[in-house]
Amino acid sequence: MSKAGITLATADPPAPTVRLTGRRGVELALIVLAVGLSVYGYCAVGLARNGTVPPGAAGYGAGLGVLAVLAHLAVRWRAPLADPLPLPIGVLLNGVGLVLIYRLDLETPGDRAAPAQLIWSTLGVALFIAVILVLRDHRVLQRYTYVCVTAALVLLTVPILFPAVNGARIWIRVAGFSIQPGEFAKVLLAVFFAAYLAANRGALTYAGRRVWRMQLPTGRVLGPILAVWLVSVGVLVLERDLGTSLLFFGLFVVLLYVATGRTGWIALGLLLASLGAVAVGRLEPHVHHRIETWLHPFASIEAGEGPNQVAQSLFAFAEGGILGSGLGLGHSVLIGFAVKSDFILATAGEELGLAGLSAIILLYGLLVERGYRAGLALRDPFGRLLAVGLASLVALQVFVIAGGVTGLIPLTGMAMPFLAQGGSSVVTNWAIVALLVRLSDSARRQAAAPGALR
Amino acid sequence: MTRHIRHAALFCALLLVALLVNAARVQVLHAEDYETNPANRRATIVRYQQPRGDILVDGRPVTGSRDTGEHLRYERTYRDGPLYAPVTGFASQEYGTTLLEATEDAVLSGAAPVLQPLPLWNEFTRSRSAGGDVLTTIDPRAQRAAYEGLRGRKGAVAAVEPSTGRILALVSVPSYDPEPLSGNGRTARETWARLNADPDRPMLNRAVQRTYPPGSTFKVVTAAAALDAGVVKGVDRPTRSPDPYLLPGTTTRLVNGAKECRNATLRDAFVRSCNTVFAQLGVTTGVSRMRRAAESFGFNDADLRIPFPVAPSTFDTTVDAAQLALSSIGQYNTRATPLQMAMVAAAVASGGQVREPYLVERTTRASGGTVSAAGSGAVRRAMLPATASRLRELMRGVVEDGTGGKAAIPGAVVGGKTGTAQHGLGNSGMPYAWFISWAQREDEMEPRVAVAVVVEDGEGSRREISGGGTAAPVARAVMEAVLRHE
Repeated sequence: MSKAGITLATADPPAPTVRLTGRRGVELALIVLAVGLSVYGYCAVGLARNGTVPPGAAGYGAGLGVLAVLAHLAVRWRAPLADPLPLPIGVLLNGVGLVLIYRLDLETPGDRAAPAQLIWSTLGVALFIAVILVLRDHRVLQRYTYVCVTAALVLLTVPILFPAVNGARIWIRVAGFSIQPGEFAKVLLAVFFAAYLAANRGALTYAGRRVWRMQLPTGRVLGPILAVWLVSVGVLVLERDLGTSLLFFGLFVVLLYVATGRTGWIALGLLLASLGAVAVGRLEPHVHHRIETWLHPFASIEAGEGPNQVAQSLFAFAEGGILGSGLGLGHSVLIGFAVKSDFILATAGEELGLAGLSAIILLYGLLVERGYRAGLALRDPFGRLLAVGLASLVALQVFVIAGGVTGLIPLTGMAMPFLAQGGSSVVTNWAIVALLVRLSDSARRQAAAPGALR
Repeated sequence: MTRHIRHAALFCALLLVALLVNAARVQVLHAEDYETNPANRRATIVRYQQPRGDILVDGRPVTGSRDTGEHLRYERTYRDGPLYAPVTGFASQEYGTTLLEATEDAVLSGAAPVLQPLPLWNEFTRSRSAGGDVLTTIDPRAQRAAYEGLRGRKGAVAAVEPSTGRILALVSVPSYDPEPLSGNGRTARETWARLNADPDRPMLNRAVQRTYPPGSTFKVVTAAAALDAGVVKGVDRPTRSPDPYLLPGTTTRLVNGAKECRNATLRDAFVRSCNTVFAQLGVTTGVSRMRRAAESFGFNDADLRIPFPVAPSTFDTTVDAAQLALSSIGQYNTRATPLQMAMVAAAVASGGQVREPYLVERTTRASGGTVSAAGSGAVRRAMLPATASRLRELMRGVVEDGTGGKAAIPGAVVGGKTGTAQHGLGNSGMPYAWFISWAQREDEMEPRVAVAVVVEDGEGSRREISGGGTAAPVARAVMEAVLRHE
């Protein structure tokens, strides 16, 4: 399949009759597999806990199956040439996430999160279908470049007006629902970056002085970069949200590099990022505490205060070993607060082991790879940058949160895409998958009929 | 642009590979460190997730488990807790385990590798074996008789089967109920505080964890050493000892509570419990032979486990002649646990052999299969068989016409020795009343039980405290309970 993708991306336009065969059958088969695996996980939890298949298993399977098949039909109808992998990956990750949250709900009978998560997943799939049906060509989005950035900035700044939750101002509460507007802002910013860079590539590529082996950017184009950097640091300082800040800045540097090919951007990006990180790490107590916890996860134990969340998370991962304790049989609930959201991966690590954790990370890797492949296959710069941006967004977010809970980097409050409890995140990730599906469909159509879409 | 997209893809791939490598580091390479971290509660949770195996007395469990439905799910319960507390100890989620609950913990909790159906089975299936059971050697009738006999007093009883070393009774009074300590809540904390604040120290197992001056009961050891050494030729020959006895190298006169001790025969001196005679015998026998005898009975052995550790009974070997004289009548630095003195009586009863005492007959899987069984323990010779038979005669004399009359049992041969040990500064403390004895049914070949009783009662008048008056009836009740049982 992947070989075919490369051929499509690089070869001259061949005979459309051969190339335009969709791969929808593969997609449907994979969706059936993904739903089956999720239902199997759901049953495994029940069998491990009570010795019986949980009563809701059929309903859960049917619900997930209907959502997935509806999404599949939308793709079949409006994006028949799309890559068959992103949608099943989304279904599987979302299904596994629901299983993990359901499993953790058993430990906290007073606080059930799975039903709400199922509703949010439904909304997410609805958004996926809407994007596939409404957005017939991704280049339409270029018209809304400045609408996107304005909306993103508004969404980022709104939570500052709301009270901080657990040290971070990233939530807004409306009618009992907690929404993280920063999650939606991710996609909007990716669209803006892609559109802005696609439009201004020429000017940005124009090199300034050469220092040692790097081309420095000219002062004229330094402005936007500094602006984005300032916004990131502003987010960090005002909202105390290390993860989102890192994510935005990383996304921007990656896209800037891809758009201009200047290594100078990377050097400058890294320099600015480390400057910002060091300064904020020193000055901001909330962030400083996170860094201290990362460096010394067991300091609180030695101080006699008991294990902190990161230590508990490490305990959970260690308990999992290679094969895991089995779904429903671990004790990751000891992590306490945020076990269903930021620390959801610890439950996967403990109960599915390194094997299951690797499978999950590889699923994300596959999703990212399909995004990049669409980026390589597309012909228009905006589409390429958007595909790369969305794929990088997934990779960066997975790295930031998974690295945080496994002690690789300081912990930042962030949702594991699709797995973690949190409506905004699920909905956003379905939008990302929808855009990737749309982009991959466009890529094949561009390859099949150059000029047809222009 | 294509080349740069590939670079960016490579960067993303590197991020994800870093995650995988780090996951392997946490989950495999360093997993053991994290799993064994004391702050990691998983081991505790797993430990209490299943009912604990039981401790059995005569085939009946004296322990149980209660499902609390809490995070640490099962808590220990006890039947007749205070009666068996000196055997079982406690198993607390907050304060750990003691005595059998501690030494047999691996079997009871199911953690012992030997409980697995196949080697490494539990590691492979991530399961835990069901808790195994511990069958004790305790005779419930003897245990209850001892406990009832000490009711309202302070003291301890140890009884053993002379031919095997099986411990038949192990009682310490005042006792406590271990059950309130089982959990980790307020009840456990309050009980713990109350028991530790109690001046009578109910959690102290007096039968094995406390040593007392054995007083005149130690004269059995001195007599055995003197007879084995040939210092005394016969039990009915005069011992040529003065009364009072001037402690060698001092001007201190040692006197007797008893009369007619001057130049008494060994038999008379033993029955009347003459301090002067045995002090002189000890000095004549000499420190090295006295030491050898005492150590062959089990004194100065810090490694005795039954299977929980027993406080070492002591016979001081760096003594001058005057101190040796006092040591030989169970004073000065001579100290013994009740279990040690039961071993002394048992050695006499079994022809001079000392068998290592033990409390666990068998450990079994939950399904009943034997995991381990008590083998014949180490046997030591404490005295010549001829000496043992002479001492049996002397001990019978104590019960039949001496200070131990209250221990007599119709239809049985009983031998005993009383003791009333002085202690405290200038012997100001209330004396400890001792009685050690053995009993044999007339229709049987060898004694069935040897017992040691100590009563450290602070109440009652000083005169009433005596081995023969206070301790002997308790010993008799225990021996009767054992002998009656078919």
